[in-house]
This record gives sequence, structure tokens and C-alpha cells, in this order.
Amino acid sequence: MASMRDAWAATLISLANDDDRVVVLDGDLASSTKAALFADAYPDRFIEVGIAEQNIVGMAAGLTTLGFHPWLSSFGVFFSQRALDQVRMLVSQTKASVKIGASYAGLLNGSSGKTHQDIEDLAVMRAMPNMTVLVPADATETGAAVRWAADSDGPVYLRLARDSEQDVFDGTYDFRIGEPRLVRSGDDVTLISTGIQTARVLAAAELLRDRGCDATVIHLATLKPLDEAALLALLGGETHVFTVEEHSVIGGLGGLVSELVASRLPGTRVTRIGLADSWSESAPNDFLLEKYGLSPKRVAEQVLAAARVPGPPLVARYERGLFDPDAALQATASRSIGNSGLPRMRP
Amino acid sequence: MKTRDVAALEQTAQRGRWLVLSTVAASKAGHIGGPLSAMDMLVALYFGELNIDPESPGNPGRDRFVLSKGHNAIGLYSVLAMRGYFPETELQTFDKGNSRLQGHPDMLRTPGVDMSAGSLGQGLSAAAGIALAAKLRHRSFHTWVMLGDGECQEGMVWETVVSAPRYGLDNLTAIIDVNGLQQYGWPKGDSDRFDRSEPLGHIDLEAVFKGFGWSVITIDGGDFTDIFRGIDAAKASQGRSGKPSVILSHTIKGAGISFTAGQHKWHNGVATPAQLETAAHELNQPYLRSA
Repeated sequence: MASMRDAWAATLISLANDDDRVVVLDGDLASSTKAALFADAYPDRFIEVGIAEQNIVGMAAGLTTLGFHPWLSSFGVFFSQRALDQVRMLVSQTKASVKIGASYAGLLNGSSGKTHQDIEDLAVMRAMPNMTVLVPADATETGAAVRWAADSDGPVYLRLARDSEQDVFDGTYDFRIGEPRLVRSGDDVTLISTGIQTARVLAAAELLRDRGCDATVIHLATLKPLDEAALLALLGGETHVFTVEEHSVIGGLGGLVSELVASRLPGTRVTRIGLADSWSESAPNDFLLEKYGLSPKRVAEQVLAAARVPGPPLVARYERGLFDPDAALQATASRSIGNSGLPRMRP
Repeated sequence: MKTRDVAALEQTAQRGRWLVLSTVAASKAGHIGGPLSAMDMLVALYFGELNIDPESPGNPGRDRFVLSKGHNAIGLYSVLAMRGYFPETELQTFDKGNSRLQGHPDMLRTPGVDMSAGSLGQGLSAAAGIALAAKLRHRSFHTWVMLGDGECQEGMVWETVVSAPRYGLDNLTAIIDVNGLQQYGWPKGDSDRFDRSEPLGHIDLEAVFKGFGWSVITIDGGDFTDIFRGIDAAKASQGRSGKPSVILSHTIKGAGISFTAGQHKWHNGVATPAQLETAAHELNQPYLRSA
């Protein structure tokens, strides 16, 4: 399991030799985003801008006017929130070929907490005219998305997770912009996911299977532009669709699917699984996923409840009796919390 | 086409000021004070300095100009029209819908506009990116960017002021139109020139920019001879100084028309027919007051 950020940097390094449009602008986070690997390989095409995200976006817009396709390196939240006006005015409005490498996006950012959690970005970026919004699932898809974006004209927001999950795609993967992808077929429920969450949704589908609920899982690596006809074809006559995302339930994947279904599939119900309209906190990944409803088990529970599947409470094989988020939270009151204090829960 | 004939340029600037005032009067809304304070510098650049060709506005070797204080768009459009990028009559479409002339500059719509602007504080950064791109691509053109003194209250300006010297951008010149007023700002103090406070108070901008590693040139932005002294000094440092330049251009907001000069309320405004008649007389422009 390579990480998305490693794949991002490695792909840019491999592209740079034959594509002189590739330059990287960093906001003093290259060692985190892995842009430092690019800096080592191409020091003359790595531009350290410092802790000044607005200036990064502005300079990138200027660079595009001479044909560069600059890639930006920082945490996603600093582009989608701090430099939002610059992205809106200088990139979205002008159709500038700025490629935003939104690293550490989503809920999981190495315990940095809510200040650094980029969990409204998909809602924001979807609303930007001319913006392409890419949300790959794993390192393989990240590499393919970077190759596509590097060669495309116009703005791209590329959402990258800090930590890896199970790989979803293998080396034969072929990225096609806008394409919804069927990653699991089942007859009972339909789950739509995006980004790194797709791996956890596939794990949730295995838990659901144990309960006799066979899930279809559709992965969207492109939130915009989306091949809506292709997604509608995959949904077929489904009467209840679930969306799952490591993002606010407002305006992201859930918003996208709800908008589509409301206009094109009247009568179909959408259940949005994601982060509630509230603030999160600093904690290890597994704690956050469990508490905020994005772990495989919690996703499966929410699907079973919404789909009214009868039966006893769900207990995943791999975690039986090991983890209680409420108890863990209580425990933090009396001792400092760290990765070692919590069991790993990956299947 | 380029000229540095001061008498001719002064006439052109008078025409430009009239186009600003009369166009905004016709469109019933728009900015006046900033376009008027910037007019002499805009005319000096477009008629006396920039290597540009209105017939080929996308020429890759052209000098670049970024109007960071984008609400002065009508000033830029007036100069672009006089320079031949589009007919003066097209100014009548300003702000009217389906126009190439938007309220703030749009590089995708208007020939001759090198960067979109409107949200203050962004143009210097974009211009630094253009100048950096020119260095990376070994192009010899110069990039000019104009900011307002009020605009320098935006924090983003200083992100670029701090970082630009690192890249050796001596092909970049920032022009700060120090016109002494902003839309509202603070009340007038004893040492202020006009009817409200100077936007930057009495900060020593020369010392500030020198401290940040810029070459600083201070000029009288209402005097073409002094404007060209500043332009030439900035150009002379390209390829030599390794530092970006800033021209502190001291002007008068609303300059050139008696009732707008130094009046903060003329940040924007619509002239009455009587005011248009006064302005036409002061600017030596023909004006037929309609009945």
C-alpha cells in the first residue's frame, strides 16, 4: 500500500522529464506532502513560496499565463479555505491550469485536529465554475489522476489523503475523467463512495455480506465533471441509494448524488453517510473513524439501520470486544492518548 | 507609435479622464477617483513605455501590465481604447451586459488585459508569477503591476512583498498609486493631504520596501517627466539589480477635475450634466449638453 502523496510526487517526477510545464509551488509543507521528493529531483522547477497560501495561488495563476501547469503543495484546507478567494478569482474565473495538490485532505491528518481537517472542500470546490474535482481512492488511482490532470487545460483540485488504506485498484487501472466505477456488485443495497473512503466502504460491504446484505459499491474518482448518465445507468431502478464520504454530509458527494437523484430519479431515497454538521477533534485515525461514523463497522451499521435490515447489533470479526469509542474518550480524561493506546482495526 | 512627448501625453491623459467621467455617467455607476489618479501613469506606460501591439494583444514577447486595483478598470479600458485595442465607442457598453468591458478586468474577455482582478491584493502575486515564469522561460519582457495605497492594507500584498526578492525578479515593477484616499477609511488628521486619512497613515514606504529588499523609486505621479524617470530607473535595474522594483507614485485621487480632486466621496460617483460640462471645459473636451 503506497500512499497517495508518495504516488503524487513520484508521478510528477516521472512526468517532469518530458513535460516542461510541470513545476511545483510549495507552502513550507514539502516534507509532509512529499513535494520534497520533487524538489530533490528537480530543484530548478521547485518553487518554495513559504507560509503564504494566497501568494502560492496568485503566483501559480501568473505562471500559467506563460504555459506552465503549476502543481501546488500544501494541506488541502489551506487552499479550499484560506486561499479560497484566490482560487475563486484567479483560478476558477480565469480557467488557469493550476493543479491544486490538496494533501492531508479529509478527517485524518495525523492527529492535527479540526484546524487542519479539510472536510468542507468538496462542497466548496464543486461549486466553483471550471473546476475539475478529483478524489482518487488509492495510490494507483492517484498516479493515473495526476497524469490526466497534468495534461489537461484548466483548474484541477486533487484531494489526497495522508494515510493509505487497502488498495482498491491494481496496475491495470485506466483513469477516465468523469467515470463512475463499479467496484463491487451486489443485489441488496447500493453504496456510492469517493476517495480513500471507498476502501472502507468495500470493507463495510464485507461486514454487510455477513448479515446477508449484498452491496453494490460505486466509486466516484471525479466529482466534477461527472458522467451523470453513466451513474444513472449504474443506479438502474434502485429505490434507496447510500452515499459515504470522509467529508461533511453537506454539499459533497451526498449533495451531488441528492441533486442528481432529485431531478432524475424521483422516488429514490438518498441516505448520506459522512461527517455531521459539527466540529471534530484531534485523535488517532481509528478513533476518529469510529467516533465520526466512517469506519467499516459504523458505515455498515448505518446502512443496516437505514435499510431496516433486522438482526442483532453488528460486531465485526476483527474488533470483537476490542474497542469502544465512548470508553476510549472517557479514558483520555485520565491519561494522554496516543496511537499505542488504541487497537488497530483494519480488516 | 510610442511617444514621450509630454504635451501630447498630457492631451491624451485629459482625453482619458474625460472618457472615465463620461462613461461612468452614462453607465450610471462606476469608479472615478482611482482611475483619474492613475491616468497619467497608465498613459505613460501604454503610450510611452510598454512593448505592445494592439493588433496582436497575445504576443508572447509583449510587456505585461496587471491592474491589481481592478476597480479602476474604466481607467484601463479608456487607455486601451485610445491605444487602439478596441474602439472608443465600445466604452459605451461598459457595465451594460454582454460587454467585453466588465466592472473589473477579465482577461478572458478583454483584449489587452493580462490578468483578471477585482478582489484587492491579488495582482502583485500574479505579476510575480508572470515575472518568475519569464525568468524560467528566458523571456526578456518586463512585468508592471499597479496597486492602490488603500489596497496595500490587504495582507496578501505583503506575502508577495516578502517573497518576491527571493526569486531575483528584477523584471518586475510594482507601481503604488499613492493617491491619498480610499473609499471611506479614517477621519482626516492634521497632516493628511485630503478630506480623509491617508490610507497607509504616514508609514515610511520607502524604508519599508527597502527593508524588504526592493529597489524603491519615489516620483510625482502627476508629472510625465518624473513618471518616465521612475519608469526608466525601474527598467534599468532589469538584468542588473536582482531585485524587484517599486515605484511610489504620489498622486491626487480624482486628479485633473476640480470637483473630484482630493474628495473621498468621488471614489465612485455619477457626474451631473452640469458637472460634465465643467469637466469637459477643464479637460478641453467637446461636450454638448443634451436638453
